[in-house]
Amino acid sequence: MDQAKFLPDASLAAWLAELSAARLVLAPRREGGAVVFKPYDPAVPLELTRDATVPPKGAVFPACEELMRYRRVKDPEKPGQPLLEVEESLPEGGVVVFGSRPCGARGFTVYDRVFDAGGLNDPYYAARRKATAFVTLACREAGSACFCHWVGSGPADPDGSDVLLTQVPGGYVVRAVTEKGAALVGSGLFSPADRREGEEAAAHAKARESLDDPRDLAPARQALLDAFDDMEFWSQLSAKCLSCGACTYLCPTCYCFNITDEAQGNEGARLRTWDNCMSFQFTLEASGHNPRPTKAHRLKNRVGHKFSYYPGLHGGAIACCGCGRCIRSCPVGVDIRQLVLAAVERAREKSHD
Amino acid sequence: MTSLPNPYLPDMATIVETVQETPNIKTFRVRLDSEARRKAFTFQPGQVGQLSVFGTGESTFVINSPPTRMDYLQFSVMRAGEVTAALHRLNAGDRIGVRAPLGNWFPYESMKGKDIVFIGGGIGMAPLRTLLLFMLDNRKDYGRIRLLYGARSPEDMAFKAELPEWLGRDDLETVLTIDREAPGWEHRVGLIPNVLREMAPPAGNAVAVTCGPPIMIKFTLQALKDLGFADGQIVTTLEKRMKCGVGLCGRCNIGEKYVCVDGPVFTYEQLKELPNEL
Repeated sequence: MDQAKFLPDASLAAWLAELSAARLVLAPRREGGAVVFKPYDPAVPLELTRDATVPPKGAVFPACEELMRYRRVKDPEKPGQPLLEVEESLPEGGVVVFGSRPCGARGFTVYDRVFDAGGLNDPYYAARRKATAFVTLACREAGSACFCHWVGSGPADPDGSDVLLTQVPGGYVVRAVTEKGAALVGSGLFSPADRREGEEAAAHAKARESLDDPRDLAPARQALLDAFDDMEFWSQLSAKCLSCGACTYLCPTCYCFNITDEAQGNEGARLRTWDNCMSFQFTLEASGHNPRPTKAHRLKNRVGHKFSYYPGLHGGAIACCGCGRCIRSCPVGVDIRQLVLAAVERAREKSHD
Repeated sequence: MTSLPNPYLPDMATIVETVQETPNIKTFRVRLDSEARRKAFTFQPGQVGQLSVFGTGESTFVINSPPTRMDYLQFSVMRAGEVTAALHRLNAGDRIGVRAPLGNWFPYESMKGKDIVFIGGGIGMAPLRTLLLFMLDNRKDYGRIRLLYGARSPEDMAFKAELPEWLGRDDLETVLTIDREAPGWEHRVGLIPNVLREMAPPAGNAVAVTCGPPIMIKFTLQALKDLGFADGQIVTTLEKRMKCGVGLCGRCNIGEKYVCVDGPVFTYEQLKELPNEL
């Protein structure tokens, strides 16, 4: 499956047209100062020079999706007690996400362990995941907030992608990663990569060289638990946090959600929407008790979930893809790397006490 | 595509009877509409369910009838928020959604042969009722059974229709208490932890099962420890704001544990192993 092919720059639009003929293609474009995934339109330029501001997670896990519809139907026998009809709203149709970076695609491997594993299968997630293909573009160089290599990934990581593209002079080296990906690169637009594989390797090496030295995050799992009751530590780290939730909404690995009903007369829908663990209401109980009453408690849970609880439940896998969006987009400069390293450092100091 | 059932899709059910237990607690007895689902339905004492009022939402409640009495599933609902207020507006004949059973259950197998001390405060009596009735229906499997049930006032005591029977049984020692004196009240007056200390149930071969408001639990735990109960001899059920009920949505976790799937029943020994975030 790993037979490299070559796609000349001049054929990119033709390939996207081919893909668009069969399925919805989401591709990155500029909107104001942001880069977002939108349905591909040949008239609008692609933005492939920088990573998207908003990751492609909505393709598989939409910000808002309908889980079911309900309808109250009048029962002629008992007019005051209507019957209730409920129908699942399972998603249909396939999507190609074109031009995501490896971190954005790899985020879904974090979701897969939760939504599509073991005894539970989330039918909405599973249907979208199965019907979505990721044509990913390897990174040419690291951004200032990138730390994918700290969490076991890298600028040309194929994990979670179906096709990996690497930009080389004159075009792209194209590798199908999965069967699903192989089906997308079968047309006559592609030629064998041949000597261009050397250019591909060089591009990957150049991207790796642009990254800083990785830090070992394995000790974070225990270090964060050790710091659990040290609220002074968490209060200091969270002092400038605004609880705005930008970090969670832009995170390719955050998957907390809410379920709410929307009524329109005698019918309506049950919806699933992204939720935000940095919000006070997230864990507020009906009694008024809140187990995470301050932003320090909530930030502790967010970092703990990604770097301690999730790894504990999923064989050490960290629930962070190192994309750095939470760092780049935080209005007050909270840096998740510093939070994790501070916990590790705290544990190291305590062990020396 | 999955062959597993959709975990979000409720069964349709009809309310067969309601009981206004207290000014703000209403009991709902419900039957699943589908006969096939009704026949296939099983659960364990302590498991919870999500009740849906379509158009308003879902909330989690313990199934407080025991699996030994399957004529209906009983849920007792304290009015506290939007969904509970919508539920309180419903009556017999109305239809709701039920997602159940969810979560774990009381370790009733390992409690066999032991003395059982139930300590329930307010709406916290609901989960205890399940296990109490289950044990009364399997009476020979258990030793002495004591029940201490407390509420703020006589009006706040739920399950009033059953209290005379519980008080009258030879094989159940029932003590009722309210916080302050009230006209006509013939039982104990005093806070639950204090009454528990006076009852002084022997810890030797016993398990204490407790549920109630956090402040009651805190002082009840202290009283139980003073009476010699070890952490592994104390069982409780936790409340959390549960939404999905299947361990995904992320709001009921305590460290690596999700109350909706790893709980709501925990021994105090297990709770002490968890990060401190109740």
